[in-house]
Amino acid sequence: MNKYILFRNKTGKVSFLFEKKTIVVIIILACLLSVLLIAGLSIGSTMLNPLVVIKHLLNLGNGEHAFIIETLRLPRIILALMAGGALGVSGLIMQGIIRNPLGSPDIIGITGGASFTAVVFITYFADTLGIKWLPLVTIAGAAVISILVYLLSWKKGVTPMRLVLIGIGMAAAMSALTTMVLVTGNEYTTSQAYLWLTGSVYGATWGNVYSMLPWLLIFIPLAIFYSKTVNVQELGDEVAVGLGVKVQLHRFSLLFISVALAGLTVAFAGGIRFVGLIAPHISRKLVGRSFGNLVPVSALVGGLIVSLADIFARTAFLPLDLPAGIFVSGIGAPFFIYLLYREHY
Amino acid sequence: MTHLFFSKSSKWLGLVLGLCFFAVSFLSSIAFGQIPISFRTIVDAFLDFDQNSTEHIIITTTRITRAVIATVIGVSLSIAGALMQALTKNHLASPSIFGINSGAVFFIVLSMSLFSISSLKHYMWVGFLGAGVSAIMVYFLGSLGRDGLSPVKIVLSGAAITALFLSLTQGLLIINGQNLEGVLFWLAGSIAGRTMDMLKPILPFIIGGWIMALFLGHPVNILTSGEDIAKGLGQRTVLVKTLMAVAIIFLAGGSVAVGGSIGFIGLIVPHIVRGLVGNDHKWIIPYCGLFGASLLLLADIVSRFIIMPQEVPIGVMTALIGTPFFISIARRGLR
Repeated sequence: MNKYILFRNKTGKVSFLFEKKTIVVIIILACLLSVLLIAGLSIGSTMLNPLVVIKHLLNLGNGEHAFIIETLRLPRIILALMAGGALGVSGLIMQGIIRNPLGSPDIIGITGGASFTAVVFITYFADTLGIKWLPLVTIAGAAVISILVYLLSWKKGVTPMRLVLIGIGMAAAMSALTTMVLVTGNEYTTSQAYLWLTGSVYGATWGNVYSMLPWLLIFIPLAIFYSKTVNVQELGDEVAVGLGVKVQLHRFSLLFISVALAGLTVAFAGGIRFVGLIAPHISRKLVGRSFGNLVPVSALVGGLIVSLADIFARTAFLPLDLPAGIFVSGIGAPFFIYLLYREHY
Repeated sequence: MTHLFFSKSSKWLGLVLGLCFFAVSFLSSIAFGQIPISFRTIVDAFLDFDQNSTEHIIITTTRITRAVIATVIGVSLSIAGALMQALTKNHLASPSIFGINSGAVFFIVLSMSLFSISSLKHYMWVGFLGAGVSAIMVYFLGSLGRDGLSPVKIVLSGAAITALFLSLTQGLLIINGQNLEGVLFWLAGSIAGRTMDMLKPILPFIIGGWIMALFLGHPVNILTSGEDIAKGLGQRTVLVKTLMAVAIIFLAGGSVAVGGSIGFIGLIVPHIVRGLVGNDHKWIIPYCGLFGASLLLLADIVSRFIIMPQEVPIGVMTALIGTPFFISIARRGLR
């Protein structure tokens, strides 16, 4: 039996190879996701019967809990899913470029740059300009910092190693600057900004969901489109050049996709860490190393992690509604170290 | 490697000059601030203390303590950095880059919130523990895999461990909620508002670390020429490495317990010093002490003036000075 499903257009320029195993994995993940969705809609300070929730979703209910389900819980879960998905793909790309399982937007300073601009904005400008500008500001921050990292690591081309090292340096500088803004701001904005820094989808609205969705629909397919070159790049620069890949150009475009996804997440969900590290790892365990297969799987795994963490964070310590980021790193980080230990990367 | 002071006598001369530089920085640290104080008043405060003079009181209660603490931390972090760079053969090694600072910070915040420990003596032990745990984790993570302990891998694991402890610390602070601002300032690295009493319990360990480092100079020289060579020359390399690690943990953990997370000093100073005296650790260690202290004192002075009347946390200052340095080293490439 054929293990692969091949898709190729007439000219042969666009082609994908999907393993059947991947499709099975994706279906299982999607099932898990729907279970999680129902659970997330049911659990909370007002407990709902899952059957009632399912009925409501299928439009069979009497609309009794419409406010809780549709306005409070659903957008929040969807936003958590999207944030996790974006981070999963962003980290996957970064690890592909850097050829090291420790590369991820939060390690090399991109999340840090976005967080810094966001904290500056929350502390000094949010009152006068309005919070609606936050996404633009964070994406700009992520873009500026990654361009800076990219330029600083340019020396007749960019090598993954320099990119990582300089990124780590910039991350340290950004975290210092962020702390400075936090320390000098007044107490209320400080605690606001700090809460936001750890990563939270608290108070998500449909507006957030609709403004984040189009970006994901652009960038994630784009990532799949570039998967061929990532597969080759992972073999090393010399091999990739020998096979006719425009290494520097493709590295730049991939970096751009990764940065945009990371900046976008910071805008809508704050500085959630470790998803970009863990999700690609888990995905590689599930479906192997082919990048085209990894993109959708990594997105789903990332989404699962963040939405699970958020459901836990908002229900475990009722009436406290804690930031999801705490749980992602609290559970994710030790798990990540275990993974590294097992894999001897 | 070309360096400035080549002969032995010029190295002694450099040491004396460094001492003068340090003395000037120390005095300036007492003199400059929101209330400027003349050098004559400083001398008077020592020789002929006047209880009615506000300036004298400022000098004896806050300024001197602050200068002494900056000195102790500057010396300790720089020496720790020099030892780490020798131990890991990695020019980017330093307590903050390798996650040791953040480990100590996390353990201290954890002990604050779980056991409501608030005495500095306990902070110290917890800080040592945290520094040790994160050092072992980073070393372990960095040396996994086929090609062993490669420079990039260890820097990456340091960054990962830092991210881990940082987010755990953030989580704890949010769950606890209260007193965020005070802890934040301490986290960012600060040497303001400390008293001599806070320094006392830690001082024996830190001075112990200094002495160990000074005596380790010669063995470290042999070790850096290659592990096989060192073994061939009859050195007990495991013992030397363990002693180095203990000294690093005392120095870095103790500094964090007093001053919070002050980064990059341990990275910058050894580089400057190697430019002055070359690769001889018998000289590098004392030079690091002097220049580390001076650099931290100067950074502290600047931090008082940038956003008067508030102060910038000194950890922020050192990070801003240190980042360009880090980047230039990274661009030159690691061995």
